[in-house]
Amino acid sequence: MERAAIIGIGQTKYEKEKDGIFAELVYEATSRALDDAGMKIKDIDNVVTISNDFWDGRTISCMAVADAAGCHGKDASTVECDGAFGAFYGLMRVLSGYNTTLVVAHSKVSEGNPRIISNAAFDPIYERSLGLDAISSSALQARAYMKRFGITEEQCALVSVKNHKNARNNPYTQLPLDITVEDVMKSPKLADPIKLLDTSPITDGACAVIFAVEGEAKKWAKKPIWVKGVAHCTDAYRLGERDLTYSTALESAARKAYQMAGIANPSHEIDIAEVYDAFSYMELMWYEALGFCGKGDGGKLIESGKTQMGGELPVNPSGGVLSAHSVLVAGLARIAEAALQLRGEAGKRQVPGAKVALAHGINGVCAQQHCVWILASEK
Amino acid sequence: MARRTAIVGIGQTHHCAKRDDVNGQELINEAVMSALEDANLTIKDIDAIVIGNMDHFEAINYVDGWSVDGSGAFMKPIMKLTTGGTSGMTIATAGYYHIASGFFDVVLAIGWERNSESDTTAAITTCCQPLIERDFFAGAIGPLAAEYTNYMKRFGATEEDAALVSVRDHNNALNNPYAHLRMKITVEDVMKSPMLCYPIKLLDMCPRSDGACALIYACEGKAEKIAPKPAWVHAIAGSRDFVYMGEPFQREEMFTLERASERAYKRAGITNPLKEIDVMELYLPASTTGVKWMESLWVCGRGEAPNLIRKGVFNMDGELPINPSGGPLATNPIGATAMIRVGEAALQVMGKAGDRQVPNVKTALATAFGSCSWSDVTILRDTKP
Repeated sequence: MERAAIIGIGQTKYEKEKDGIFAELVYEATSRALDDAGMKIKDIDNVVTISNDFWDGRTISCMAVADAAGCHGKDASTVECDGAFGAFYGLMRVLSGYNTTLVVAHSKVSEGNPRIISNAAFDPIYERSLGLDAISSSALQARAYMKRFGITEEQCALVSVKNHKNARNNPYTQLPLDITVEDVMKSPKLADPIKLLDTSPITDGACAVIFAVEGEAKKWAKKPIWVKGVAHCTDAYRLGERDLTYSTALESAARKAYQMAGIANPSHEIDIAEVYDAFSYMELMWYEALGFCGKGDGGKLIESGKTQMGGELPVNPSGGVLSAHSVLVAGLARIAEAALQLRGEAGKRQVPGAKVALAHGINGVCAQQHCVWILASEK
Repeated sequence: MARRTAIVGIGQTHHCAKRDDVNGQELINEAVMSALEDANLTIKDIDAIVIGNMDHFEAINYVDGWSVDGSGAFMKPIMKLTTGGTSGMTIATAGYYHIASGFFDVVLAIGWERNSESDTTAAITTCCQPLIERDFFAGAIGPLAAEYTNYMKRFGATEEDAALVSVRDHNNALNNPYAHLRMKITVEDVMKSPMLCYPIKLLDMCPRSDGACALIYACEGKAEKIAPKPAWVHAIAGSRDFVYMGEPFQREEMFTLERASERAYKRAGITNPLKEIDVMELYLPASTTGVKWMESLWVCGRGEAPNLIRKGVFNMDGELPINPSGGPLATNPIGATAMIRVGEAALQVMGKAGDRQVPNVKTALATAFGSCSWSDVTILRDTKP
């Protein structure tokens, strides 16, 4: 297979109730990615936008951002999944004959009602009327996970403390906080065992990433960040048909991505990871399925400090999704942040000497689907 | 460089106005099982799945996850794509790129819709800018009506020319057991049917259907083993226009179809489409587009389409048969409609189109139309690229 690289990155600041319509957010992220790469829109030969008709409150939601993403006259497509999945499609297109793909995702979560929108992902006949939504279903998952492996609420809270602290080094994120485990434990309960500070915020923002094939990648301003492996996988739909306590779908996606990248020992060979921590407990579960620790050892891993800044494998130096959760954008932002780390351009959140990075996106109820990316600074 | 890729299996449901007997996952599963059977494969042979529809017609969010029981995606990669009317080809195209890029070998693409669950026009209207356009944009018919009125004035085309397209496609559908509307009609029937938005009458406009379509793509090396005569992808191209309705529909030409077909012809090495293409399956949302858009496919000069239509050039026994399946005027499960175009083109290339088969098809073209007058084009052949 031919090689491809990330050559341009652009993010808006992630904020609550951001000014500007969808197109303005997309234009800002796209322009920044083009400037970053030293490109003009005419240098882009195809575009993948990422949007969701429910979150945008309009049908054919890609129409709203097509002009702003520079689609006019171009071959363009739209993925209606988290940005990590959309980016995978963008990568496929550059490996199939296009030179450059612009991938851009946007979301204004503040304009909709996340509880109703996430409720619409459940079975309309049997499940919706129960009132299940992103928070209540995740609470079921958190409880099941904690019960099976003896994970404590305090261990989950440590994730929140770590990520909000990391966010203080990231000028783009929404919630840089100096909090303690006690603050998390005392924050208002949303759905047992999930409390306000275990949850990601409502965030508006956009992110754009430009991919190029090897021959093209070296022509542009920035050092290319190489894609070493990508894979995605989905679990069963209904919560009752899944093992909610352990993500076999993530394990499968990770195994495939590691195989492509030639990674045998992820916790030693990966220098930094950006994972999709929509809730604090999720980061612990993802540690396990990504092979950063043994099954059920997520709580011990966070306690060991290994995933903190300065630890052996810092996870979410950006502050993660707990600090800014622009739905659909968040997975693409993980890729963008991982690439910035490998360029050595992550500013105050830089992990020194990072050479191999992992980025992770999720999609669907209780992370039914997972997408895992391995990026590297060297070919 | 892209790997060579072919379509090796085609499945579709029997399309109709309302499928009360199945739920969404079951509808999807019908198309999937039929495609697997066509290719003599099982779900174990499928490496990845792509799926799509238009959310607001069924009001189900995250369809990629919800559909797993019907699509067979359990513990497989699946992603959802959607671009409005073009969705079916957007998804089919994604199936192609999954393989062409080298990541997967055998991929299942699924397009589906249950329009009976929605108020189609109300849902489509929400595609418009909420402050400036939404209040007065009344669905898909108005812009198409304005486009043809303009065309009639410029070139002396008539309402009867459009009616001829409607008669052709509806009567072709009599040969297609999967078609939703299978009725023998005359130009007089079309002219007498209720006016929807001048000059488009009821029989000039596509219906709304329930249905699903599934295609199986395979890489070179596997495709030849799966299908005796795979339909090889020679070109895929798409083009987008501006997103405010006033811009694309005021153009004299069908800008995106011109750009997309031009690009596709170049990739497939076609210089004279009328002579070099044996059959076309076109996404014609209204009969009027079957007149005006022919010139945007470069099969004739500006204003020459009415004459070719009157001469029957695009009839089943003509030089370039169009829509042997009956096209969208006969069948329109929106998220599947454009994929059915690709599937029908593949059936023609593979010689499996039954009573609607055009003899000796070597090259077939399919198009998609949707969103703000956006177009996609796929060209298939019976030989490797």
